Amino acid sequence: LLSNPTPVARNEKASSELGYVGIDAILEQMRRKAMKQGFEFNIMVVGQSGLGKSTLMNTLFKSKVSRRSVKTTEEERIPKTIEIKSISHDIEEKGVRMKLTVIDTPGFGDQINNENCWQPIMKFINAQYEQYLQEEINIDRKKKIPDSRVHCCIYFIPPTGHCLRPIDIEFMRHLSKVVNIVPVIAKADTLTLEERDFFKQKIGEDLRANEIDIYPQKEFDEDAEDRMINEKIREMIPFAVVGSDQEYQVNGKRLLGRKTRWGTVEVENTTHCEFAYLRDLLIRTHMQNIKDITSSIHYEMYRVRRLNENNMHPNGQPTIHANGVPEHEVLSNEM
Amino acid sequence: LVACFVGEGARGVPLSGHVGFDSMPDQLVNKSVNHGFCFNILCVGETGLGKSTLMDTLFNTKFEGEPTQHNQPGVQLKSNTYELQESNVRLKLTVVNTVGFGDQINKEDSYKSIVEFIDTQFEAYLQEELKIKRTLHSYHDTRIHACLYFIAPTGHSLKSLDLVTMKKLDSKVNIIPIIAKSDAISKSELTKFKIKITSELVSNGVQIYQFPTDDETVAEINSTMNGHLPFAVVGSTEEVKIGNKMVRARQYPWGTVQVENENHCDFVKLREMLIRVNMEDLREQTHTRHYELYRRCKLEEMGFKDTDPDSKPFSLQETYEAKRNEFMGELQKKEEEMRQMFVQRVKEKEAELKEAEKELHEKFDRLKKLHQDEKKKLEDKKKSLDDELNGFKQKKTAAELLQAQTQQAGSSATLKKDKERKK
Repeated sequence: LLSNPTPVARNEKASSELGYVGIDAILEQMRRKAMKQGFEFNIMVVGQSGLGKSTLMNTLFKSKVSRRSVKTTEEERIPKTIEIKSISHDIEEKGVRMKLTVIDTPGFGDQINNENCWQPIMKFINAQYEQYLQEEINIDRKKKIPDSRVHCCIYFIPPTGHCLRPIDIEFMRHLSKVVNIVPVIAKADTLTLEERDFFKQKIGEDLRANEIDIYPQKEFDEDAEDRMINEKIREMIPFAVVGSDQEYQVNGKRLLGRKTRWGTVEVENTTHCEFAYLRDLLIRTHMQNIKDITSSIHYEMYRVRRLNENNMHPNGQPTIHANGVPEHEVLSNEM
Repeated sequence: LVACFVGEGARGVPLSGHVGFDSMPDQLVNKSVNHGFCFNILCVGETGLGKSTLMDTLFNTKFEGEPTQHNQPGVQLKSNTYELQESNVRLKLTVVNTVGFGDQINKEDSYKSIVEFIDTQFEAYLQEELKIKRTLHSYHDTRIHACLYFIAPTGHSLKSLDLVTMKKLDSKVNIIPIIAKSDAISKSELTKFKIKITSELVSNGVQIYQFPTDDETVAEINSTMNGHLPFAVVGSTEEVKIGNKMVRARQYPWGTVQVENENHCDFVKLREMLIRVNMEDLREQTHTRHYELYRRCKLEEMGFKDTDPDSKPFSLQETYEAKRNEFMGELQKKEEEMRQMFVQRVKEKEAELKEAEKELHEKFDRLKKLHQDEKKKLEDKKKSLDDELNGFKQKKTAAELLQAQTQQAGSSATLKKDKERKK
């Protein structure tokens, strides 16, 4: 239900002040426009079966937004190849409308031979960039280009407690070049705090050793203030998360949690797990920034590569450029 | 690989708790605040209609700058950018003024430099957009967001220059017509004037900017204001004491016109519409309507076409490639032309120099001959003089000899005579 629209908040006090021009009213104008247009957010979840991807999405958005929750006639089975399933929902909160698209990747990491399992996902991500590019270069183009680009990819690391597996490194190494990757330790309630810290340390070392740039990327910190905030986040990544859409009574309050015989894991309790930090990062503080990095960095890089491409088959079919992404090409030729 | 979309489009789902994306407008606004804003106003109007004063009054600043020189032929556009700040909002304001508009005897081409200026800003943005490696998010947008068209307060009707100019501009920029120095018109005349102007604009098909009425929060006020166009404004940076307050006003012997008094003029309405309510919409219309139109026309002109969906994926590659080859070809052709021209010029210059050299030689020869002739003449003369001299000498010698002989003969004769006497 849309709440009643509030009338233009004319700052009566300020407007009676001599010399007030009203330039700052543009903030309100922008807010109005944003409320009217609504927002889009596209989030991808990657990880093998059983790591709680769907549950986490539902927990994040407090709603049945994942693929599993949509009634389909298909049986639940692990696909023989990687599938990419995209599902969109319109959600609204305090008058702010959002079109949320959750992109699931069932079959990832579930095969016996998982070689190049990152390729179909890379291809999908690039296909979204391609679609946007095609619309952008049209002569007659839409006022608002529909944005299906993947803003954020949550990568689920199984809670082994040791270090990253080759498949994890392989995936993140390739995909961090084209999309914002936020790795999380899935089902973290199986690790004690010490195990968790050790695991995080090892993961951090592995990421650095393989030069994997996860979100928020150091090189895109805008200023000192930004860097300070982002450093704190980088120190905590990967977030150890637990998902749940079940509520339990804890100390007189109804909380989201997982009930076990030895206690209830409270999802939103930061002493239990880091779900709240993940939610704050993805939704409450950095959502706009995530989208900005996607559009002004990842998409632009794709566009540069695409416009510089010279490899075409004689019959006009482009060679597949989704495999083996070339290193960043710094080219300054202008049209 | 199959990427499939489950479910038909997006369905609404209820939220069971507070998620937190209601902070998105704030996140967006914060980003914009950090970035700063851009707003560009073009003031078109004849000399002396108070364009600069109105800008000063609107933004409550004394914009630096000497009064412009009005001694250039044709219409010039003078652009100045200022950094303004109010609370946490930083605004990069660019004010462009037409200088000499309406001063010419023949005003047929007056609108041209204005259209050119507007197009140049669109072109600059388009070029940036077409670049391979581009930085759109940090680009300083110079496209004109609002055009204030200053109408002279004649009280009768629009001048034909006004109609022609506005007609040429209405598909390129958001036009907000205003009646300048409206304290020259009485209230009743003003009403008639406004009606006349509006009907003339309509009958000539001039599309002026309409304050948007699709957002219910501002639909009512915008709709009312649309009915007050063109705004009758008065500008002033002088302050006068009215009651116990200092207000901006123009003081006459018969009364004081208060700029911010809505009974006196529409200044407050203009400020409200232009800045406080619709600044963002003006920017958006410029980008999504006027710029898109420019871009579409320009690209079609350059030979780009939206091909059918089947070959779509390759049209970009091919067209860019084709354009690049064409461009390179043109460059090469130009280079060749320039080289040819250079070679030609060199040849011509060489020929010139040879010619000059030849002339010099001839001159030299002539002079030499002249010199020789002169020399010969002189030698001849010298010779004849020498001959004369020799002749004279001979004569002299002969004469002297004769004289000596005569003397001797005389003396010998006298001797002889003497001798004979003595005998």
